[in-house]
Amino acid sequence: MKKIVFQILVLSGIMISISSCTKELDENILGSLELEFENLYDGQRLVLNSQTYKNAMGEEHTVSQFDYFISNIKLTKENGEVFIVPQKESYFIVKHNDPASQKFTISGIPQGKYTNIKYLIGVDSMRNTMDVSERTGALDVGGAAQGMYWSWNSGYIFLKMEGTSPAAPLNQTTGQRGFRFHIGGFGGLNSKTINNIKEITLTAEDPFTVKENKTPHAHIFVDASKVMNGKTNVSIATNHTTMFNPFSVNVADNYTAMFKLDHFH
Amino acid sequence: MKSYFIIALSFLLFSCLTEDSEEFKFTLPSHFPQPEYDFSKNKITKEGFELGRKLFYDGILSRDGSVSCGSCHIQSSAFTHHGHDVSHGIDDLLGDRNTPAVMNVAWSPTLFWDGGVHDLDLFAISPIENPVEMDDKLSNVLDKLRGHKDYPNLFKKAFGSSEITTDHFLKALSQFQLRLISANSRYDQFLLGDQNILNQEEKNGLKLFEKNCATCHAGVLFTDFSFRNNGIKHFGDLGRARITLQEEDEYKFKVPSLRNVAITAPFMHDGRFYSLEAVLNHYIDQITPSKNLDPLLKNKINLSESDKKSIISFLQTLTDKEFITNRQFSEQ
Ligand code: HEC
Ligand code: HEC
Repeated sequence: MKKIVFQILVLSGIMISISSCTKELDENILGSLELEFENLYDGQRLVLNSQTYKNAMGEEHTVSQFDYFISNIKLTKENGEVFIVPQKESYFIVKHNDPASQKFTISGIPQGKYTNIKYLIGVDSMRNTMDVSERTGALDVGGAAQGMYWSWNSGYIFLKMEGTSPAAPLNQTTGQRGFRFHIGGFGGLNSKTINNIKEITLTAEDPFTVKENKTPHAHIFVDASKVMNGKTNVSIATNHTTMFNPFSVNVADNYTAMFKLDHFH
Repeated sequence: MKSYFIIALSFLLFSCLTEDSEEFKFTLPSHFPQPEYDFSKNKITKEGFELGRKLFYDGILSRDGSVSCGSCHIQSSAFTHHGHDVSHGIDDLLGDRNTPAVMNVAWSPTLFWDGGVHDLDLFAISPIENPVEMDDKLSNVLDKLRGHKDYPNLFKKAFGSSEITTDHFLKALSQFQLRLISANSRYDQFLLGDQNILNQEEKNGLKLFEKNCATCHAGVLFTDFSFRNNGIKHFGDLGRARITLQEEDEYKFKVPSLRNVAITAPFMHDGRFYSLEAVLNHYIDQITPSKNLDPLLKNKINLSESDKKSIISFLQTLTDKEFITNRQFSEQ
């Protein structure tokens, strides 16, 4: 008898703790998630201009600029439910020369345990064709998105990597041997063309918990060397200027592999 | 009670919108189709139009202040750069294409010879940032305007806020350009019922034009806005394929309107022909065969010397005096 009472007591204790636990993760209460993008090259923090790197083709080069769009962020819960960050708040440009741009917080997330972070590198085709009044914040072509937009072929540049390399031909006007990868292309408005919008899915090893008063911090490593190295090893000598052309598809395919969800803190 | 209030309010709004002075009246030509531009997202006001005009004629939009939109788009030549085969910009640098007319842009589904821009509001960024045109950065131009003694106030008058945003800047420029409507040539008066305004030769020219040219240079706008290869010899410029990267679009260019064509020489995307006579000679016996040549031009166009003259006479009836002299469109 005593034993049974005890068992009931223990059981109800467990029940209470379970229910209080689910109560704690009431979906109607909202929390936040911080994302940090740390750009690396060969496992070390990317250094602009002064550091010499070597790509898979054996070409030495420096990097002078490394910027990209992150947009349309979605979080998937352990139980499969998806939280879509409201469109208007879901556009960011990560610029390597601007540390403040490498960290941002997403708020308004229902409390819960999440396993996946999804996002686009680039800008969806809708926003590429929207009225200027909708293009604020990271999408402001006369503000934050200055330099990340093709005006002659209306559309955002999704990723920009520039640098110098002895493998690149000499530019007579600048006196430099530069390479430029400006990758974009949203598929075209009324005629079809290349689409370099890429979705990335990062899966956490252990689910992470979003709670009202506890903001998890996802630390994402971004290996810039993957822009040139991967399924297609890019040669600076032949593809030093890769912009809106068919070859850009290979570069975009390469850099989909550059993100790694390293840890949470 | 509430609904009365709303009705009263909408009346108030409505009367505000139609209040604009008589001289500013903005109506779309009755014989034109529905415009492509969505006027609901950018209501044209007198203040917005005047701000747009000031910006259009102001060198502050260029790196060193020397080049304005109006330097290349000159009113007396129907807003083209008359006499220049390819555009002539900052530091006397040359572009690679001929300056088209800024005219009836509200009806253009795409802009540029290759149609690379689909929204007039996003257009101006291109000349501003083109290193051989105005060579500045949009963000820098906005900063210059923010620091200017007049502009913040003019933006306030036009948009209710002195904060100069990308949106308001571009929309002001659009307001000016949208009003650059050419719809009052002798040919328009003919269409609107004045049968005697064209002489016999011009009427003959019209017939020949309809038979030989109007499939592409179609309707009252004199273009169907498609991209085609009209058989001129092609060199480097891939045209539409620069935007689509599709082989079947190589060497195709947007069919240009022919309104005001008699005063907008030189012709074609690279300004290779200096007279209408030369253009007609091209269509009659210089068509270059190539894989993307438009099927309509695969058969020879047969026109006699006098047919040619008639067509040219007809094309001259498309000159719109009011458009090229209207003081409202000029630098003030
Ligand atoms: C250096 C000369 C130059 C300047 C300055 C210039 N343009 Fe142009 N404009 C051109 C040329 C050349 C084209 C055609 C280019 C092409 O199709 O590739 C063009 C095309 C256009 C068109 C497209 C017309 C159509 O039907 O396709 C518009 C609209 C226009 N310009 C407006 C402007 C505005 C607004 C400005 C000022 C912000 C400006 N331009 C400044 C030379 C110039
Ligand atoms: C198959 C379609 C087609 C037909 C038919 C055609 N054109 Fe064109 N036309 C074009 C295209 C496309 C261009 C621009 C080509 C370029 O710049 O590469 C053009 C350009 C022109 C221009 C130059 C306008 C400017 O502003 O530079 C004139 C003038 C012209 N056409 C007159 C005519 C006449 C007259 C006829 C009939 C004899 C005619 N066209 C028949 C497609 C056509």
